[in-house]
Amino acid sequence: MKSKLKVIKSVAGALLLGSAVNASAADQTILNTSYDIARELFATYNPVFQKHWEEKTGQTVEIKQSHAGSSKQARSILQGLPADVVTFNQVTDVQILADRGKLVAEDWKSKLPNNSSPYYSTTAFLVRKGNPKNIHDWGDLVKDDVALVFPNPKTSGNGRYTYLAAYGYAQDQFGKNATEQQNSFLKTFLGNVSVFDTGGRGATTTFVERGIGDVLITFESEVNNIRQQYGADDYEVVVPKTSILAEFPVAVVERNAKKNGTLDVSTEYLSYLYSEESQRLLASFNYRVHNDTVKAEVADRFPEVKLLTVEEIAGGWPNAMRDIFANGKQLDQLQRR
Amino acid sequence: MASGQRHQQRVGDRPAVKYTLIGITLVLTALLLVVPLISIFEQAFVDGLAVYWDSLGDPDTLHAIGLTLFVALLTVPINLFFGVLLAWSVTRFEFPGRKLMMTLMDIPFAVSPVVAGLLYLLLYGNNGWIGEWLYEHDLQLMFAWPGIVMVTVFVTCPFVARELIPLMQQQGREDEEAAVILGASGWQLFRRVTLPNIKWALLYGVILTNARAVGEFGAVSVVSGNIRGETNTLPLHIQLLYEDYQATAAFASASLLALIALITLIFKAFIEWRQERAEQLH
Amino acid sequence: MPSSLSVASAKTRHKRVLPGFGLSLGSSLFFISLILLLPMTGLVMQTADMGWSEYWYVITDERVVASYKVTIWAALIASVFNGVFGLLLAWVLVRYEFPGKRILDALVDLPFALPTAVAGITLATLYAENGWYGELLAQWGIKVAYTPLGIIVAMSFTSIPFVVRTVQPVLEELSPEEEEAGITLGASDWSVFQRIIMPSLWPALVTGVALSFTRSLGEFGAVIFIAGNMPYVSEITSLMIFVRLQEFDFPAASAIASVVLIASLVLLFAINIWQGRYLKRLHGR
Repeated sequence: MKSKLKVIKSVAGALLLGSAVNASAADQTILNTSYDIARELFATYNPVFQKHWEEKTGQTVEIKQSHAGSSKQARSILQGLPADVVTFNQVTDVQILADRGKLVAEDWKSKLPNNSSPYYSTTAFLVRKGNPKNIHDWGDLVKDDVALVFPNPKTSGNGRYTYLAAYGYAQDQFGKNATEQQNSFLKTFLGNVSVFDTGGRGATTTFVERGIGDVLITFESEVNNIRQQYGADDYEVVVPKTSILAEFPVAVVERNAKKNGTLDVSTEYLSYLYSEESQRLLASFNYRVHNDTVKAEVADRFPEVKLLTVEEIAGGWPNAMRDIFANGKQLDQLQRR
Repeated sequence: MASGQRHQQRVGDRPAVKYTLIGITLVLTALLLVVPLISIFEQAFVDGLAVYWDSLGDPDTLHAIGLTLFVALLTVPINLFFGVLLAWSVTRFEFPGRKLMMTLMDIPFAVSPVVAGLLYLLLYGNNGWIGEWLYEHDLQLMFAWPGIVMVTVFVTCPFVARELIPLMQQQGREDEEAAVILGASGWQLFRRVTLPNIKWALLYGVILTNARAVGEFGAVSVVSGNIRGETNTLPLHIQLLYEDYQATAAFASASLLALIALITLIFKAFIEWRQERAEQLH
Repeated sequence: MPSSLSVASAKTRHKRVLPGFGLSLGSSLFFISLILLLPMTGLVMQTADMGWSEYWYVITDERVVASYKVTIWAALIASVFNGVFGLLLAWVLVRYEFPGKRILDALVDLPFALPTAVAGITLATLYAENGWYGELLAQWGIKVAYTPLGIIVAMSFTSIPFVVRTVQPVLEELSPEEEEAGITLGASDWSVFQRIIMPSLWPALVTGVALSFTRSLGEFGAVIFIAGNMPYVSEITSLMIFVRLQEFDFPAASAIASVVLIASLVLLFAINIWQGRYLKRLHGR
């Protein structure tokens, strides 16, 4: 009953005020623009940082959150969304802010350790209980009777990582120059896909709730979330022997932060992600982290993988986008009927 | 209503026809509209009533509800006003370009909402020519509520006129012309002659505008910036919750949107009731 | 319609008897320019940068053309279905009294109020092979979710209110005299419906179907969750636009969007012209 009353009251309040700015009591406010599935993560991190900032400077800070697909977020920032920091899951989406809008520093990658990527993940498989199709590595995914679900590389960064990881495996397996064998592998791989959802979440729903496909390919961090959400017993996680390094880049949107006078707090907001406390928090969300102490603590949860980088597979993101994912290029050619 | 009369006066009043048609309609509606609705509520209540209320009581959800209603409250009157004027001008007068104007009015139906949002963004965003001026003057239209209202007005603006035009065309302008000849003023003419004739269509226009305004996702998502507790409307909030594995909370909010759509229908029932009472008094 | 009066009005048409011409036309033009045409300049400017050959190349890409076909067919079937079902719904709502009528009336607008993604997810839940409908249909060997059939289901769900709400007001205002006369003279229900009612309903019905069709052409959110999005088979044009947007290729997105826009506007323009002629014939009969 109480919450019912609260609903009515707040709705009425919001109506009266319109969207008038909530008078904030904090000394400073920053806007963190992030990818769509990081809501819980930053809801947990923000109070930790607020405490840290107050201890350090005696000032309070309010952190507003914006979540959506990271390409869309980048588009919004280019068009004037006043974000102070970005925490994305796509390197290209930060890069475009530097290239097109001069919004982040040219050398943003070297501003923080590990290519400005405080945590990372890789691409892994989720299979049904007992692993009935006996899936252990990328090579098992091209068998005739295996149906795959992963998001569309054309619309989803998650899907692009999956494709590149498969490509990396093919290069590893058949040799860098065996283009024909690589292509035939990739063609079968793409042919085995049952449904191309536009995003990672849609693919998860298709696999888990609709019961379609034998293997869901997505970020390792996601795979673990799914098991927690939908029950650990019905699914098994398979981490292949080789996979791809998926970085989660962060950067200060300097032009906005300067204008808003929040450069210091924004920089610290990102640096603090590297602290032991934060790294432990990140690891609890199933991301792989860099801090050695934390790494040792959680080693049993993250199997050893040979991680290929996008540089190794495709010569970096700009090349990958141009030669593989662009209209009419490798991916489109392989998907042609 | 003819139902009181003994023998058939109008088409389809024969019981066999009547009940067959009602039967088919009910079955089809049940299959195509009711079951999906039930499915939404089922998923909203899957964890019980307490969780349902809790998920609606979340401050961000509450703000999203408030913002959505606020946007609809601004959008509906704007579109009502211009919709009536538009319908009046194209059905009551002949002028060159009339058909073209009627077609232009349908642009929002023909443009994919995401593209509509993008067009507004390109115009008023930082890279557009108006956007630069706005930036220099520190006016934030996009990624704030004015932008959301603007695209919602765009997406929903044809509904009122679209409802009125076929009806007003079908009715012709004889009644109004007669009234003018009898000396009615402009406002009197509208209130006494036009309004009674078009009130149902007008109401449907408002209902549709409202329904579409509260439910619009594609266009709004482009210009909103998705800032939680600030520019997240309810449909955007639902998307966010769903993406974040909060399916129950997402469907709880979705059930609420379905209810908001029904509010307009209660409004309609109220008007019907008032009118019936007024008729009884006279 | 009192046809004697319309003859009179035809004579006096050259004179503007009714007030408000300047006011209504002026504000309509202002509104259309500001809200509709001004943003459209963005579309023109984006595509103008491309040049003809590039524009042509983008819009005739093999995969995009395949998506036009899928989208147009699905939208066509969905809107024709909506024409029939929508007319039936409108008829029942206007002509009959029965318990639950108010609720039925309210339900019609549901598809508009639900965010399209919710509609898509819900429909996919129902029509997937482990869903309520999917399971039943699977027994007959029919697959809906993740096939082009799913696209039709989603399109017809999201656009049904167009037909119902366009036909409903016209049906309500239909005067009973001619109909009663026909019945009294012994004509069958069906022939009175065909000869007397339908002629008045056609313009509204066609408009409703056309709006439902154009809306379906542009639908994105509801469709992608149920379509499966397989290249050349179940990819819709809106998805192609979305892909270009994700690639930050605004000109290409605008180019494809302009194809849909122009096609829709041509269709609606043709219908407006047809309607004008039709009504003239009807009233001047």
